[in-house]
Amino acid sequence: MKQFLLMDGYAFFVWGSYAMVAAVLLLNVIAIKIQRRNILKQLRELSEED
Amino acid sequence: MMQFIHKYGSPKHFYEWSGRWAKILTWATLVLMAAGLYQGLIVSPPDYQQSETVRIMYIHVPSAWLSMFTYMVMATSGIVALVWRIKVAEIVVGQCAIIGASFTVLALVTGMLWGKPMWGAYWVWDARLTSELVLLFLYVGVIAIYSAYEDPRTGAKAASILAIVGVVNIPIIHYSVEWWNTLHQGPTVTKFDSPSAPASMLIPLFIMFFAFKTYFFAILFARSRNELLMRERESSWVQQITKELK
Repeated sequence: MKQFLLMDGYAFFVWGSYAMVAAVLLLNVIAIKIQRRNILKQLRELSEED
Repeated sequence: MMQFIHKYGSPKHFYEWSGRWAKILTWATLVLMAAGLYQGLIVSPPDYQQSETVRIMYIHVPSAWLSMFTYMVMATSGIVALVWRIKVAEIVVGQCAIIGASFTVLALVTGMLWGKPMWGAYWVWDARLTSELVLLFLYVGVIAIYSAYEDPRTGAKAASILAIVGVVNIPIIHYSVEWWNTLHQGPTVTKFDSPSAPASMLIPLFIMFFAFKTYFFAILFARSRNELLMRERESSWVQQITKELK
């Protein structure tokens, strides 16, 4: 397990890459969730005005 | 062809079928990602020259491939938007630009983190790296133009033109390692007759590639659906959806 985490001394580069990918891919997902919530809120407000 | 575009490109119809596909693709992404990470991080062996850093390949190469694939989807959609004035195609251009920019950033960053231990430098002004950086600028340009106009349809049309012109960069990226002497290694995978990587490395690479691809379409559909709701807020089908949500 320790060996797995150390990545033969390249832990920073290997895990750094994987962390970057995970962060960016997740950010895209979170952005959609927030966008969706805001849009639905706006649509509801629009329909209440009528 | 025209019937196909009009049928699947009508806002209401698109909203419905892309919703179903977004769900399926999200699950497919989760399964493929899990399998790919397991294969790439645990099952596959370290490389005899590059040791454990070769594992960066399983995310670097799919990011780079998708950065180009996304561009081609964006440019194709740009043509459809300009020629047939399909609203959904206009929206897809803008959404592809954002997802494509993410993939390009990932290809560049993971490449830097791979380059430092293997080449001794995070960055070199080599043909492959430079043309990929140009790709990022193209995406940023498309995003900027897309959102620069009061009328979103005008913005989408202007952005489509840049997207189409920028296609010239794609073959430059692809062939950069053959046309110029670069530090970046040549193609290892696309030579199908004699791939220079063993199956134990090709398997996680392809699983991750499909995971990135399903991820791309899942995100593209989800983003486009959001944008479509906003743009079509005056139409009866969106008002119907709003009513059902209450």
